[in-house]
Amino acid sequence: MSAFRTTEANLTRDEMAQIVAADIPAGAFVNLGIGQPTNVSNYLTAQQGVTLHTENGMLGMGPVATGEDIDPDLINAGKIPVTQLPGASFFHHADSFAMMRGGHLDVCVLGAFQISKDGDLANWHTGAEGAIPAVGGAMDLAIGAKATWVMMSLFTKNGDSKLVETLSYPVTGLGCVSRIYTEVAIFELRDAKVFVRSTHGISFEELAAKVPVELTRI
Amino acid sequence: MAPRIATSAADAVAEITDGSTVLIGGFGNAGQPMELIDALMDCGATDLTVVNNNAGQADAGLALLIKERRVKKIICSFPRQSDSWHFDEAYRAGEIELELVPQGNLAERIRAAGAGIGGFFTPTGYGTLLAEGKETRVIDGKGYVLETPINADFALIKALRADKLGNLVYRKTARNFGPIMATAAKKAIVQVDEVVEAGAIDPENVITPGIFVDTVVALGGNK
Repeated sequence: MSAFRTTEANLTRDEMAQIVAADIPAGAFVNLGIGQPTNVSNYLTAQQGVTLHTENGMLGMGPVATGEDIDPDLINAGKIPVTQLPGASFFHHADSFAMMRGGHLDVCVLGAFQISKDGDLANWHTGAEGAIPAVGGAMDLAIGAKATWVMMSLFTKNGDSKLVETLSYPVTGLGCVSRIYTEVAIFELRDAKVFVRSTHGISFEELAAKVPVELTRI
Repeated sequence: MAPRIATSAADAVAEITDGSTVLIGGFGNAGQPMELIDALMDCGATDLTVVNNNAGQADAGLALLIKERRVKKIICSFPRQSDSWHFDEAYRAGEIELELVPQGNLAERIRAAGAGIGGFFTPTGYGTLLAEGKETRVIDGKGYVLETPINADFALIKALRADKLGNLVYRKTARNFGPIMATAAKKAIVQVDEVVEAGAIDPENVITPGIFVDTVVALGGNK
């Protein structure tokens, strides 16, 4: 396990994506959630040999399609036209979610509204009155992969920590998150503890003062 | 029995009556059987229960069925999108019932129906709002929710090609719900670009065997 490290500036979104990409094991099968996690694919190297899964029914997904490569029958889970790589495969939805639920995917990277110290994830519904709920594959993704990682900003617009003791937003999955990448720190959740792997533009002590859960320096 | 080869989309959906439960394939627009849905609009059937991943996009297909209030209930995973205005309006007006199901549970409930499974315990949704009121069980220390099959009267599916015995091949990610929906409906109605002679599809490449298919209509294609 690498030693605790700290850098002077906050991580940019691209730097976060770059770090997540570097953490993905070689040869892994990976699902990147809609939004910020999709950016991770820009930093995966050919040497890593990572295969991307999109839950609407494809393994071996390539980059976003442009120009003449756009095919309305070839889209990702965000309904964006994509390309297929050599060795790609197509399958129906029950198989696609069996890959997830059955623990065949190595890593899934998601966004989040909140995460509890126990790794409970909230990312599907704010619970706001009048909001139309939509869940999609969020609950399947949360609990399905061997490792579920989250990318998010650590604080809300009001400055509240999204890493909390217990969730106030509706649950997506219980005890499923093992790693959290934020602009100010990277966390690892294991052995019923929240470890801080690194801080960025903030000291460990400042971080510990702002986050309402007990933190342990790696 | 070999499937009926319908002469038009209207002919293909003519049996669908008021109050039917209809599985509609497609994830977004990919694999959405637009012509069959348009024909369903024209045939006038109403009070429908529709099962689809979404609740319609923009001003076409399923969105129009909802706009015209022909759908009393929708079972789906992701109704709210930037262009789901017809669903949003119907929902806020209390004029459509929504059963929200996590996407993998939706797929597995459809698969279970087609496979004759009476229910299954899934970890997806355990401990969430979407498991409220449902039976749960802890198996080997892990929590599961009991989910039941989604049986249907009809399925409307888009495939690339059928042979005259109803064997189907699909195209890329447009496959999505097609193969499982074909198994879960009493009658699977399939639109394809072309119908070919038996034997023209390599049996090794058949994705949906013809036993699951009841009606086929060839509508040509853009590709």
